[in-house]
Amino acid sequence: MEDKNKITEFNSETLDLVNRIIKRYPQGKQKSALLPVLHIAQSENNGWLCSETMDYVASLLGIQPIEVYEVATFYSMFNLQPVGNCVIEVCQTGPCLLNGADELLAHFEKRLGIKSGETTSDGKFSLKTVECLAACGNAPVIQVGTEYHENLTIQKADELLDRWQAENKISHTNPYV
Amino acid sequence: MAKKILLNNIEVPGLANFEVYRQLGGYSAVEKALKSLSPDEVTEEVKKSGLRGRGGAGFPTGMKWGFIDKKSGNPRYFVCNFDESEPGTFKDRHIGQLNPHQLIEGMILGSYALGARKSYIYIRGELFYVLSIIEKAIDEAYRNGLLGENILGSGYSLDLYCHPGGGAYICGEETALLESLEGKRGNPRIKPPFPAVVGLYGCPTVVNNVETIAALPWILNNGGAAYSAIGVENSKGTKLISACGHINKPGVYEIELGLPVEEFIFSDEYCGGIRNGNKLKAVVAGGSSVPILTASLILKTAKGEPRLMSYESLADGGFETGTMLGSGGFIVMDDTTCMVKNLLTFARFYHHESCGQCSPCREGTGWMEKILTRIENGNGTMKDIDLLVDIAKHIEGNTICPLGDAAAWPVASAIRHFREEFEEHVKLQRCPLSR
Repeated sequence: MEDKNKITEFNSETLDLVNRIIKRYPQGKQKSALLPVLHIAQSENNGWLCSETMDYVASLLGIQPIEVYEVATFYSMFNLQPVGNCVIEVCQTGPCLLNGADELLAHFEKRLGIKSGETTSDGKFSLKTVECLAACGNAPVIQVGTEYHENLTIQKADELLDRWQAENKISHTNPYV
Repeated sequence: MAKKILLNNIEVPGLANFEVYRQLGGYSAVEKALKSLSPDEVTEEVKKSGLRGRGGAGFPTGMKWGFIDKKSGNPRYFVCNFDESEPGTFKDRHIGQLNPHQLIEGMILGSYALGARKSYIYIRGELFYVLSIIEKAIDEAYRNGLLGENILGSGYSLDLYCHPGGGAYICGEETALLESLEGKRGNPRIKPPFPAVVGLYGCPTVVNNVETIAALPWILNNGGAAYSAIGVENSKGTKLISACGHINKPGVYEIELGLPVEEFIFSDEYCGGIRNGNKLKAVVAGGSSVPILTASLILKTAKGEPRLMSYESLADGGFETGTMLGSGGFIVMDDTTCMVKNLLTFARFYHHESCGQCSPCREGTGWMEKILTRIENGNGTMKDIDLLVDIAKHIEGNTICPLGDAAAWPVASAIRHFREEFEEHVKLQRCPLSR
């Protein structure tokens, strides 16, 4: 995949946002802002966290880089490898499975020509399986960035894929904007 | 029609807007409490109501508040657990998305009772679009003098913030949630000390579930006694049940505790019966962690009494023939469902979500997933079935937090009630229901 620029500095607008978030926590507890700031950093760094970006986040919050790495590796929403522009996350837990999640995943794999965990060669799409998204009443469910798509059918999945294909969908937008 | 406390106005268009919520009587409980009740009087009402934690544990809310250490001189914190991740559970999202001010009003009431000046709503990171709705509502509350300095001229001040998680079921465990809120991995803490004494930043803290907090405005407006007049035994008030699986009408329903399970599954007011006219096979009544029951045991207890949607009735018979109300995540399965495959997805879930601190859970969940995969794919042996039971037994009760139990119970109960189906997989060397 193309080596896009790695973010080692936020622009002033993003810095303002980050500073507002840091102020939500008591004096000296700025480490609390780590998860929100990592979400922002990932969105700005093309949807994944490289060590350079994580080191920058550490310096912003005045903590050790290792404190960032151990958190980034613990939580499943953070990607530690480059991803495609549009990351499709398919729920695979019980209630979604009862309503056809495995057929849906197989369909995405067939349409995109990749397996779960892979990225298309043009870098447009990545496919991931995820655990329960807490929308079980509208199963099967997928997540794309901050969007949920629920009550999915093969036909709806095709419509979404066609649309994202046409508009060059980017799923890693700043969740606070 | 059942009494509605939480979802009373849920279908009103624009309910998420401050003006609409206010016109419907919203924030009157805050006015009443801040102007005429002391913090201890608010706690008293909650104790009187009999409200129990709606996240799954069912611990009495007023009693939990009563444990908060008010003498330490340290700041106190009130934290909302919006890390809704228990498979089958999607009720908190319903409130956060459609009625965020109800949650905010409850946060103000709880914070006031506990003496908190900074409060946090910890919401799972996947639900950023709900976080945005709540943050907008928080801004409205600030602009209207219901948050910030000197709320409604009462002298009480409160700041309220949302905090996103990062995708980790374990953070629904309250001490893991606090670790996560401090910017760390979500590793549960050893208890005691409990958060009421040593919580967020080492300070006294209460963590409550979204649904619990959303019930507070009604309780303060109508009195604890009115709330406790609803329900049966020690199951007071109403409960949100998120129903999913093979039913005609999946969705979030508010029930009065004590409703017969049969009515909930088959009446048109609730689930509307089993899809495609199929037969009911099994139910997981309170989120994926609680023991699965057969159709006959979910409808009637072993004594032959009708099973009710209440803490007591669902637990009747212990784990031999009963289950738990849990989070209210109600997963219904019809007779086309493979119990092994369904269980395998739960086992994979708990393996994925184990934080890894305790070896019985870290290793055991992985073994259970592996063995279940083997059985489902037709490569299992009869000994594997007993091995699963043995592993579950060794996880249960041997971990810092309840995730270990939550991983063990579904396995133990599925084999207890559907053993012949596991054996059939072994005998046929394939899944009998696979296409």
